[in-house]
Amino acid sequence: MKKVMMGNHAISHGATLARVQVIAAYPITPQTQVVELLSEIVADQRLKAEFIKVESEHSAMAACIGASSAGARAFTATSAQGLALMHELLHWAAGARLPIVMADINRAMAPPWTIWTDQNDSLSQRDTGWMQFYCQSNQEVLDSVIMAYKVAEKVLMPVMIVLDAFSLSHTYEIVDLPDQAVVDKYLPPFDYKYKLNVSDPHTYGGLTTPDWYMEFRVKMQEAMDQALVEIKKEAVEFEKAFGRRYDPVEPYMVDDADIVLVTSGTAASTARFAVDQMRKKGKKVGNLRMRLLRPFPFADVREHLKNAKKVIIVDRNISYGYHGIWAQEVKSALYGHSKVPVFNFIAGLGGRDIFPETFVEIVNKVKKLKKPDQELYWVEVKK
Amino acid sequence: MAKDRKKIEFQKLDELPPMVQSQRSMAANPTGSWRNLKPVIDLASCIHCTICWKFCPDAAIDWVDDNPVINLDFCKGCGICAEECPKKCIEMVKEGK
Amino acid sequence: MKPTLPLEELMSPGHLACQGCGAGIAMRVSLKALGRDTMFTFPACCWTVIDGPFPYSCLEVPLLHMAFEATAATAAGIKAAMDALGKDKTTICGWAGDGGTFDIGLQALSGAAERNDDIFYFCYDNEAYMNTGIQRSGATPYGAWTTTTPVKHFKKEAKKSIDDIVAAHKVPYQATASVAYPEDLYKKLVKAKDIRGFKFIHIISPCPPGWKARPEDTVKLARLAVQTGIFPVYEVDGGKYVQTMKTPTRKPVLEYLKLQGRFKHLKESDVADIQRMVDTRYAELEKRFQGC
Repeated sequence: MKKVMMGNHAISHGATLARVQVIAAYPITPQTQVVELLSEIVADQRLKAEFIKVESEHSAMAACIGASSAGARAFTATSAQGLALMHELLHWAAGARLPIVMADINRAMAPPWTIWTDQNDSLSQRDTGWMQFYCQSNQEVLDSVIMAYKVAEKVLMPVMIVLDAFSLSHTYEIVDLPDQAVVDKYLPPFDYKYKLNVSDPHTYGGLTTPDWYMEFRVKMQEAMDQALVEIKKEAVEFEKAFGRRYDPVEPYMVDDADIVLVTSGTAASTARFAVDQMRKKGKKVGNLRMRLLRPFPFADVREHLKNAKKVIIVDRNISYGYHGIWAQEVKSALYGHSKVPVFNFIAGLGGRDIFPETFVEIVNKVKKLKKPDQELYWVEVKK
Repeated sequence: MAKDRKKIEFQKLDELPPMVQSQRSMAANPTGSWRNLKPVIDLASCIHCTICWKFCPDAAIDWVDDNPVINLDFCKGCGICAEECPKKCIEMVKEGK
Repeated sequence: MKPTLPLEELMSPGHLACQGCGAGIAMRVSLKALGRDTMFTFPACCWTVIDGPFPYSCLEVPLLHMAFEATAATAAGIKAAMDALGKDKTTICGWAGDGGTFDIGLQALSGAAERNDDIFYFCYDNEAYMNTGIQRSGATPYGAWTTTTPVKHFKKEAKKSIDDIVAAHKVPYQATASVAYPEDLYKKLVKAKDIRGFKFIHIISPCPPGWKARPEDTVKLARLAVQTGIFPVYEVDGGKYVQTMKTPTRKPVLEYLKLQGRFKHLKESDVADIQRMVDTRYAELEKRFQGC
């Protein structure tokens, strides 16, 4: 069934179709519609779930950790300051190997107060052990929630679904709502082997000495390696079930491109539009959309950038005193594998729009440069 | 979880659970060596009131056939039992004597 | 003689509590009342260590170790999951120290109490951050030495009245208890197990190293805390205050204070101040016990 819906409601429908059993959430702009619709769905008993209206995001994640440990499929959604407040427990969820799924609506961090998009909130959580899927359409958001549980429950690591504030969260698009029966067939009920169980009692997360701690970290890394395998497998399985495919990265006209723009989130669809325009003028430009931050798809990035003569990474985020965070990731993947010059542009922080012309200007600038003469270039800032 | 006293040693990574999950009881950890003073019960004066058993923070007094039996593998020698005994029939004796 | 508590032990010996640990008694007795169909979550606290290191545990019920400030929310999450999975008979307990309850975990505690989540929240109160080495908490009483309230500047603030804070949430059941009166604690828990909603149990648990007391005096101190009126033992059942351990003639606070090195520096006038504070507080409570 096709419906026109906002990105936030696509999340709620995704969680409903995934038959989540415990929801714990705290409101924050621009996430509120996610929990409002879920509250209605649970109140109407269209979804058999417990919804804990917690008093903070920290408690939202704590409740999800408790619920997931007890064997329930747990869900939450947040943004920016809320995600930052959860930070400690993001480590906890991953270290405890709990397949929790959360939506994060990318919102810039304060101060100054802002509600508009950029990626510094989710990218700051890069090293917590959560998988991160960056979406560019409402359909992808809904589908990703369902797929996320499949992958998370196989490898026992949590997943963050990431989408831009307003340009996706509050933007209405046509979304195909899959049939519940098809979803049920694709995503079986959560059967957690390590759940809290009075008939087979164990203690979880107890004090662990240097004799053992590192081995559990090896296991987390192995789980993330396996997650990449599963995500690629699920790209195929999901397509079989629903007719839509989501790969770790999404190349667009990269094979013969001299210049490849690497982007993520909604900026990727804008970049693609710009690529079409530039192609019409005979410029050999392509786009590589990054869907996965973790596990990082090293091989895919290398493969799709192997023919490029120049690589441009447009980051809607910044690591102060360094440069863009996606640029750091992509450069590290290319190091020792490619000598292609990599240019990093910072654009669209705090919700400033990124237009197709922005990408055209970026490409024009790079055309004039043999290699980068700065670590990063600011885009469209007042002089 | 088995309430046995066996220590557990993992040899290989594969034998470990994915997360930190207990496999054995702390009964594998005899804490008797912490003790400086040892409780000795004079059962002839004991009135079997269960007070010593009730207050042991270490669950180191067993109640067997209506008698308190100090489990010296675990008793840390805190002396609560001797202090609380209404008949004062538990004496704390220096270890090694 | 018949033991006054069930013989079955759900806490094994061999745990890592210090000699004479009051929190060891608190857990042992609580488990006897709660039984096997019980799950726990602990925040950072002494019991994080007492339980034992991986791959061991001294509990024979499931336990989830969790972050310091998260006890009540975690327990609420476990409870929601058990309800969703149709296992709503299992008793879900948060088990936290005073730091995790009075201070860092207060927000989550208030949230769960306000929502009236169907869980037990236990606070075993040893009146300071003992696990990190005796730093003052909101539960440390007036006059006490800790490593962050040195003798020259001993704690000048009164103990936070956590019971009144919880009572302001109008929870269905709350109680104070002392490890000196295990039968009282046991009875309260057996009763509260059948009450739906939020249950708060506050247990005074002497800490020999932190209180600079002799380990054999743990039960004596827990008893004197009650007999002096410093830690009155009562329950609030559906809003009704009942003093479960009556103290018609209260002992002077000095009897309690003098057994503890943490109060050694106090002058006579300080002790008199404490006596006055205790008297005032006790009089307030007494009115509630009389239903005024």
